[in-house]
Amino acid sequence: MKVNVDETKCQGHSRCYIIAPEIFEVDDYGYSHSKFTDDLPKDLEEKAKLACENCPEFAIEISE
Amino acid sequence: MTTKLGPVKDWENDFDVLDYSYLNNPFEIWDKLRDRCPIAHTDRRGSNWLPTTYDDVTKIAHDFMTFSSTQVLVIPFMETARQDMENINPEVLGYGAPPITADPPLQTWTRRLILPWFSHKKVAEYEPLTQSICDNLIDKIIGRQFVDGAVDYAQQIPVRVISHILGVPEEMTDTFTTWVRDFLEFADNSENRFNSIRDIVIYLMTVIDQRKKLISQGENLDDIISFLIKEQKTNSEINDAIVLGMSILLLIAGIDTTWSAIGSALWHLGSNREDLVMLKNQPEIMDTAIEELLRAYSPVTMARVVTKDTDYNGCPMKQGDKVLMNFPAANRDPLVFENPQVVNLRRKINRHIAFGSGIHRCGGANLARMELKVAIRTFIDRLPDFKVDESKPVMWAGGQVRGPRVLPLAFLD
Repeated sequence: MKVNVDETKCQGHSRCYIIAPEIFEVDDYGYSHSKFTDDLPKDLEEKAKLACENCPEFAIEISE
Repeated sequence: MTTKLGPVKDWENDFDVLDYSYLNNPFEIWDKLRDRCPIAHTDRRGSNWLPTTYDDVTKIAHDFMTFSSTQVLVIPFMETARQDMENINPEVLGYGAPPITADPPLQTWTRRLILPWFSHKKVAEYEPLTQSICDNLIDKIIGRQFVDGAVDYAQQIPVRVISHILGVPEEMTDTFTTWVRDFLEFADNSENRFNSIRDIVIYLMTVIDQRKKLISQGENLDDIISFLIKEQKTNSEINDAIVLGMSILLLIAGIDTTWSAIGSALWHLGSNREDLVMLKNQPEIMDTAIEELLRAYSPVTMARVVTKDTDYNGCPMKQGDKVLMNFPAANRDPLVFENPQVVNLRRKINRHIAFGSGIHRCGGANLARMELKVAIRTFIDRLPDFKVDESKPVMWAGGQVRGPRVLPLAFLD
């Protein structure tokens, strides 16, 4: 599973970072980025889905 | 301006966000509107539209070209007050209080200036101060039989934190609270409202002048107003009116909003013992609980002004009409939230927009969350056996910012 934050959609709500700081990092302006460009470790997949389902801007993309 | 008096009989065509029944329980009104007339209208205080679905609120929030932020007040200024305002300092109204009252491009760069002051890293620096504010307040109320959770606690916290960030003395906190209430809460009293914003402008102009002098004398000041002044040296776009406007925003925006969220959270926990016990015994659910309390009791409604005649979802919106961005109602939309009327502190899927949606997402969201978390955790750690005292009335404020202003609490033996 891959996870990506669409930078054109993210508005810095920080919901993904609060749910999964292992996956996401936010810059000083609040914008989120995934730490993983390759596949996520298996044990973080559930958290990635949860972050995706809580993003108010629908900015998190998950692909298998 | 049309001002009708009297209670609302027709919520679809003649709503009033300051109606007593709306202040106390807007939830049922939104549910009925969402089913029958999802965008309500009124001519009270100008032509205003009130969307109630998540889809409409987020779509309108994202279309900032059609729905401008240049008029964000839910209760507009009376025309006479607007003219008086221009006499004090024409430039104040020229730039408003950016970024909240601005559209891009002004909104974009003024927002970028202040966002780093509210990053997770920066907010962590304000946490020990917030903790000590909360502890000091509890020290004063512990052992008392009756406590007002709004006046004695919630109201006292955010104003002290923002005073610290602005670098102004704590003695000013009661004055700030009065100004902000007169400006946003008692907005129908236009004389008090005008006086409050005039006093804020005069106070901040004095503060800015003093800081400028100290900075030119080589003083090392690390508050946010001094930061904006120092940025003026390298960025000529930051004129004095923008420094003033941004300072006004920083003073007003973080006071009654967060205090309302803390008050509503205490009201919920004091009315639902099982939730209070669960949160006390399972502190690991705190983050999820905070988001749920923000969803269920979202304090803030902001306005937008329609920039051109627009037919939106069958509503003939005219240029100059206002749309009240009903984030609180969107957060109770059953198409997006399962059992939205149930407050579930373990709710897993919660795409709430209590901090807005789109480019104007609340810049202080991280600060608000931290304050809310510290305030609630400290209260339930130190005064775990509280409940809302049902023998006394709770008083709710609303319109722009909803939350309890009087919240009588009692303590179990």
